[in-house]
Amino acid sequence: MLPFTVYFSPDVFFPQNYPLYIRSVPSQNELKFHYTVHTSLDVVEEKVSAVGKSLADQRELYLGLLYPTEDYKVYGYVTNSKVKFVIVVDSSNTSLRDNEIRSMFRKLHNSFTDVMCNPFYNPGDPILSKAFNGIVSGMMVQTS
Amino acid sequence: MLNMCAGDQSLFTSLYTSLAQQLPREPMEWRRTYGRAPKMIHLEANFVQFKEELLPKEGNKALLTFPFLHIYWTDCCDTETYKSSVKEDMMRWQNTLRSHSSADWVIIVVETNDTKKNKKTNILPRSSIVDKIRSDFCNKQNDRCVVLSDPLKDSSRSLDSWNALLLKLRTLLLMSFTKNLGRFEDDMRTLREKRTQPGWSFCEYFMVQEELAFVFEMLQQFEDALVQYDELDALFTQYVLNFGAGDTANWLGSFCAPVRNWSGLLLRRPIDMEKRDSIQRGEASLLDLRSYLFSRQCTLLIFLQRPWEVTQRALELLHNCVQELRLLEVSVIDGALDCWVFLSCLEVLHRIEGCCDQAQLAANCSHTVGLWAYATDKLKSLGELCGLVSKNGPTSEDLNRTVDLLAGLGDERPETINSLQSPYKKLKEALSSVEAFEKHYLELSHAAMEMYQAIGRLRSARLVGKSLAEFYMAKGDPERAETFLQEALKSYVSEGWSLPVTHTRRQIAECQKLLGRTEDYLQTSALLAGDGNLSTEERKHFCQEILSFAGKSENHSHKVTLSMNVFAQLTRLQFHPATASVHSGAVLQVELTLRCLMPVSVRIQQLAASIHFDIDHGGTHGRSKGTLRRTNRGTVEFKQGNSSAGPASSAAAGPTLEMDEIQDRSPSDNSLASVGVVCKNTHLVMRRRENGSPPETPNCVSPPTVAMKEGGQMLKVQDVKLEPGNNSITFTAPPGTYTLRQLCATVGEVQFVLSHIYPSVRYEVYSQEPQLTPLLAGMPQLVKFTLLTGHYTVKKGDALQLSNTETMPILPSSSCTLVGESVLSIQSSEKVTSISLPPTPPYHALEFQLEVLCLIPSGSFLEYGFCPQMSIDCPWSIYSTLLALTFYIPFKTKHSLLSSGNRKYIQVCVQNVSDMSFTLADVKLTEKQHESLELQSFNTKTNQLLCSKHSVFCLWEARWKDDLPVTTLYSVKAEIFPPAGEPHCRSGLVCGLEVSITRLIEPSDGEMAEDSKTDTDGLKTTKLMYEVADSSSNWAVCGKSSGMVVMPLKANATHKLQIEVMPLFAGHLPFPKIKVLKYLPHNAAAAIQPDPDSCVENDSLSLLDKTLDDQGDTASIRSRGSIHSVGSSDQQQRGVAMPRLEAFSQGQVFNNSHSQQVLVLPTADDHIMEVNAT
Repeated sequence: MLPFTVYFSPDVFFPQNYPLYIRSVPSQNELKFHYTVHTSLDVVEEKVSAVGKSLADQRELYLGLLYPTEDYKVYGYVTNSKVKFVIVVDSSNTSLRDNEIRSMFRKLHNSFTDVMCNPFYNPGDPILSKAFNGIVSGMMVQTS
Repeated sequence: MLNMCAGDQSLFTSLYTSLAQQLPREPMEWRRTYGRAPKMIHLEANFVQFKEELLPKEGNKALLTFPFLHIYWTDCCDTETYKSSVKEDMMRWQNTLRSHSSADWVIIVVETNDTKKNKKTNILPRSSIVDKIRSDFCNKQNDRCVVLSDPLKDSSRSLDSWNALLLKLRTLLLMSFTKNLGRFEDDMRTLREKRTQPGWSFCEYFMVQEELAFVFEMLQQFEDALVQYDELDALFTQYVLNFGAGDTANWLGSFCAPVRNWSGLLLRRPIDMEKRDSIQRGEASLLDLRSYLFSRQCTLLIFLQRPWEVTQRALELLHNCVQELRLLEVSVIDGALDCWVFLSCLEVLHRIEGCCDQAQLAANCSHTVGLWAYATDKLKSLGELCGLVSKNGPTSEDLNRTVDLLAGLGDERPETINSLQSPYKKLKEALSSVEAFEKHYLELSHAAMEMYQAIGRLRSARLVGKSLAEFYMAKGDPERAETFLQEALKSYVSEGWSLPVTHTRRQIAECQKLLGRTEDYLQTSALLAGDGNLSTEERKHFCQEILSFAGKSENHSHKVTLSMNVFAQLTRLQFHPATASVHSGAVLQVELTLRCLMPVSVRIQQLAASIHFDIDHGGTHGRSKGTLRRTNRGTVEFKQGNSSAGPASSAAAGPTLEMDEIQDRSPSDNSLASVGVVCKNTHLVMRRRENGSPPETPNCVSPPTVAMKEGGQMLKVQDVKLEPGNNSITFTAPPGTYTLRQLCATVGEVQFVLSHIYPSVRYEVYSQEPQLTPLLAGMPQLVKFTLLTGHYTVKKGDALQLSNTETMPILPSSSCTLVGESVLSIQSSEKVTSISLPPTPPYHALEFQLEVLCLIPSGSFLEYGFCPQMSIDCPWSIYSTLLALTFYIPFKTKHSLLSSGNRKYIQVCVQNVSDMSFTLADVKLTEKQHESLELQSFNTKTNQLLCSKHSVFCLWEARWKDDLPVTTLYSVKAEIFPPAGEPHCRSGLVCGLEVSITRLIEPSDGEMAEDSKTDTDGLKTTKLMYEVADSSSNWAVCGKSSGMVVMPLKANATHKLQIEVMPLFAGHLPFPKIKVLKYLPHNAAAAIQPDPDSCVENDSLSLLDKTLDDQGDTASIRSRGSIHSVGSSDQQQRGVAMPRLEAFSQGQVFNNSHSQQVLVLPTADDHIMEVNAT
C-alpha cells in the first residue's frame, strides 16, 4: 500500500480573513499548506459574492470544491456571518466524498457556534477552545 | 445509417441522389426506451448494394456498419417478367435476410410513364404486380411494399408519391434503428456486467461503448455521445481507485507500463485514430487512454459550445492523471509528467483560443487562468530540474536530463509542424537555453499574474509573484525579487498569516542583505529575531546580525534607527507613588516593564525616555491627573499585538475607547459648570478602516520612519542588560507636569525607538497653590483651612503667620479649632496672627477653622464682591503666600416711587443673591440728610424670611412736611360710553371715549416761567399733548388718536376730550392707555404756531402703533409727534424750529382709569363665533 497522508485542516476565519484557527496534520510541509489555504480565500470570496448576487436568502453554506490542485483538494464553507471554513484534503485521499465533507463542515460550524457562545471568548481572538480542538482532532483521526 | 439495396441497381442509381438528399430533410420524433425523453432527429442514410457477405454475423458489435434497412427496387410491370425472374430474385433476397434474422426490409415498385406507354395491357397487370408482390411477400405487412410513381417527373402526383415513400422509409428506418440500438445497448450492458469476470478487457468494452457514442454523434446527439465517454471515464477512474484500495484487475496491467511518451494532449483531430488503434490493440498507456478520452470529450464539448467546461475538465484531468500515475506506481522519469502537463495545458489553451474570439477569452479568463498558472508552475519546476534557473547555467548532468526529456516528446505532430507557436516548439525552445527559458517563463508568469489580477484573485496573483521572486533570487536578481516579496508580505501581514509572513520575510531579509540595504536588513532581522515561528538558532542568527553591526565601531554619520516594537515591547508602566503626582522635593519613580523579544540577552548602553512639559497643566489640578488616579492607580498596561504576524485581534476589533472624565469649572468662582465624559482617542476610533488596509501593527512591511526628537528633556538609565522576556527599568522623574512621549534604546550603532507611547501617560511633580472658596461679606464666618503636608513633616513649634488686613479682622473671641480635635493656640498681635501647628507626618491633611468677619467697605459701590488680600508665611517655604480671598455681598436693593392721586409711596425691593437664607428684622427706612419726610411703614411683619435667590418688597407712604419735591400735576380720567340706545358696548360698534384731564394744583413759579403763555383774558395756559394708545390691539381709534390740549394753569381746571373708539373684541377689555405729555413749543416758532387741534391729525381709522405707548420712550414720541405735526407742504418752513414733546417725570400725572375695564358684548348677529382657548 502506498504511503497515505491526509492533510486535513479546518480553518476558521474572521471576516477580515484573520485566521482564527489553523491546524494541519502532519506538520511537515505546513508552509505550503498555509499558502494553499490563503490562496483559496480568493475563490471563497469569488463564490460568496457570486452567490450573493443570485440568491440572497436560502443560501447554501457549503461552497463545495473550491479548486483542485495537484496535491490538495480544497473545500469551502461560509456561514451567514461570513465566517469562512476551509478543509484541505490530500488529493490522493479518495475515500472522502462530498457528503462527508459537508457533514464535517456542519459539525465544525456547530462547534464554532458553541465557541462563539462562550461569554469568555472574545470574537476575533484565536480559538483555543478544548472542545473545538477535540472535534477537529476527532475528524482528523476519522479521515486519516 | 446504412441501408442495403437489392434488385434493379440501375434503377436505384438513377434515384439515389434525390433519395439521399431528401431523406434527412424532415425530422422524425424518436421515442426512446428506458423513459428517456423523445427527441426530434434527422435521419441521414447511406445506401450500399446488397451483398450477402456484408450482412452482419451473429454477435457483431459494430453499429456504424450495421444495415438497418434492406430495400428491393424494381420497376417490373410485366407479369411475365415478374413471374419468370423478379419473383425468384426477391425470394432469394428474402431468404438471405431471414437467414440473417433481419426483418427490416421494404420493396419499392417504381412505375414510370414510359413503362405505361410501352405496354398496351397496362391497367390490370400493373396493379396485379403490386398486388402479387404484396400477396407473395408481405403477408399481413402491406406497408412493406411501396409504389413510387413517375419519380423523375415534376408533377404533383410524383411529388406526393415521393413524400409517401420518404415518410415510409423514415418510419421504417427509425423503427429498425431503435430496435437494433436497444439490442446493442442491452448487449453492451451485459458486457459491462461481466467486468468482474476474469478475462474481461476494458479496451474491448471501450470500443463497444464508443461505437454507441459514434452513433449518437452521427445523429448530432452530442450530449448523449458525451455521456458515453463520461461513463467510460468514470468506469476507468473507479478501477484505478479500486487498484489503490488493493483490488487489482488484470487488464490494468497494461496501463501500468512505464511512461515512454509524454507528448501531451492532441486536440486538433476529431478522432485520434493512432491512439484509438493502440487502445483497440490493448497497448495504450494510461496517458494515451486519458489523452484519447479527453480529446473526444473536448471535441464533443466544443460541438456543444461549452469551451469553458473544456478548460475546467482539462485541469481536473491533468491533476487526476498525475495522481493516478502515482497511485498505480507507474514509473516515470523526473520531469516527464511536467512536460506532459505543460504541453497539455498549452494545447488546451490553443484549442480554446481557436474557437473563441479575443473578447470572449478576456471575459472568461477565470476559466483559463488555472491552466496558465499550472503551466507556469510546471515550466518552473522543469527549469529547476534542467539547471536553467541558476546563475551558472546547466551542468552536464542537467543537460543529459534535458536530452532524455526531449526524447520522450517524440516528433512534432504534423498538425502543428507549420505553426510557429506550438506547445511542442515552445517547450523545446524553453529547455534549449537559459535565456529562452527565462523569456518563456516570464511570459507565462506575467500572463498568469495579469489574469489573476483582472479577475480579482489578488492572493493567487501574489503567490505567482512570489514564485517569480524565487526565480529572480535564484538568478541573482534580488532587487526585482524584493518588489514581489514585499507585495506578498503586505497581504500576509494585513490578513494575519504568520507562517507565510515569516517565510516571506526571511526571503526579504536575504534580498536586503544582498542589496546591502543595511537599515532595512537590520529592521527585518530584528523582526525575524523576535519571530516565534523560527527556530531558536535562526532567531539567534538574526539577533547576532544586529549585534555584530552594532558592535562595529565604524564612523557612521548617524546611528541606525529602528522601530522599538520589533525589539522589545513596552508592556507596563508603573508610578511610585501610584498617584503619579508628588510634591516637589519628593521622589517620583517611573518603572517601565519591557518585554524583550530577542532570543538572547542584549546589553543596552542607554535607555532614554523623552518627556514633554505640559504647559496647560502646569501646577494646577488638571483632569488628566484625576483620571490616572482613578482608572489606572499608577499602572498603565500597554496592549500590543504580537510582533510576529499573530492574530492581531486587537487591531481587528479596533482600538479600545479611552474615556476621560472632564469637569469644567467657571474661572471666577470655581463652581462646577459642566461635567462630561470624553473619548480621548476619537481620531483612532473614528478612523475609517478600509478593507484590507494593514492595521497599525508593529510588523509593518517597511520599517516605519521613527525618529527621536532632539533637544527634549529625557529620563535616562545607563547600561542596562535586557534579558529575553520581561525586564523592569526605573527612572526618576524631574519636577513639573510631563507627558511621556518616546522611548529609545541604544545598542552601539543601533537605536531602537518607540516613536510614541500610547496611551499617553502623564505625571506630575508639583507645588500646589492654595485653593479658595468664596465667602460672604458682612458677617462673621468660619473659615476652614486645609493644610496638605505633602512630603514635609510638620514639627512641633511650626506656626502659620497670617497677616491681618483692616477689612477682615480675625475675630479674637473665636477659638481656632482643629477639626474634631483639640484647640490650637493662637497668638494675635496687631499685624499678625500666628497659629501653631501640631506635628503631622507627610502626605496628611490638617484642617482647622478660624472665624473671620469681612466688613463691607462703605462708600464704594460694589456689585458682586471684593477681594481683600492676605499673606501667609509658613516654615517650609521662604516665600509668603499671597491670598486673594473673595467675598460676595449677599443682597441687592432697588427702590421706586409710586403714586395714588396725591399720595406718594416708596417701595424698596431687597433681593438675596447668596445661597443662604436670611431673616429680615426691623425693616426701617430713614432719611439721611434732612427730616423733611414723614414715612409711614406698611410693613406689618417684624421678621421676614428671605430665602436664597428670592426678593422681599417693603412699602412706605411718604408725606412731606412742607414742599413736596414731587407732586401730582394732572389727573387723567377716562370713561367709555356705549353707542346711543345700547346698554353695553358691542364689538365692532363705535363707542365714545371721554377723557377728562384735571389740573390738581396751582402752578409753581418755575412752571409759570418755563413753558406757559398768557392768554388774552390774563389766564396762564400750557399745552399738553395727549395720545390714546392701545397696546393689545383691543381697540381701534376712529379719527384722531392724539391731539393737543390747551390747559389753563389753574387748580381744578378740567379739559374734556371726546374720542371715538371701536372695540375689536368682546369681553372685559382694558381701557386704552392715555398718555399725557408736555408740549414745548419752540420760542422762536411761537408766532407760526398752528391751531393745536388741527395740528396733529390722524384722519384715517388706524390701529395704534404699539411702539407708541412706551411711556419712557420720549424720543420716539417726539419724532412721531413731529412727523404728525409736519405737513408735507410746509416742512421746510418749520424745520428750523420744531416743537418738542417731553414726558412728565414720575408721579406728576396720575391716571384714574389705569387698569380699568369695560364690558364689551359680541355683535348681536355674529355669524362667526370665535373661540379662543388659551
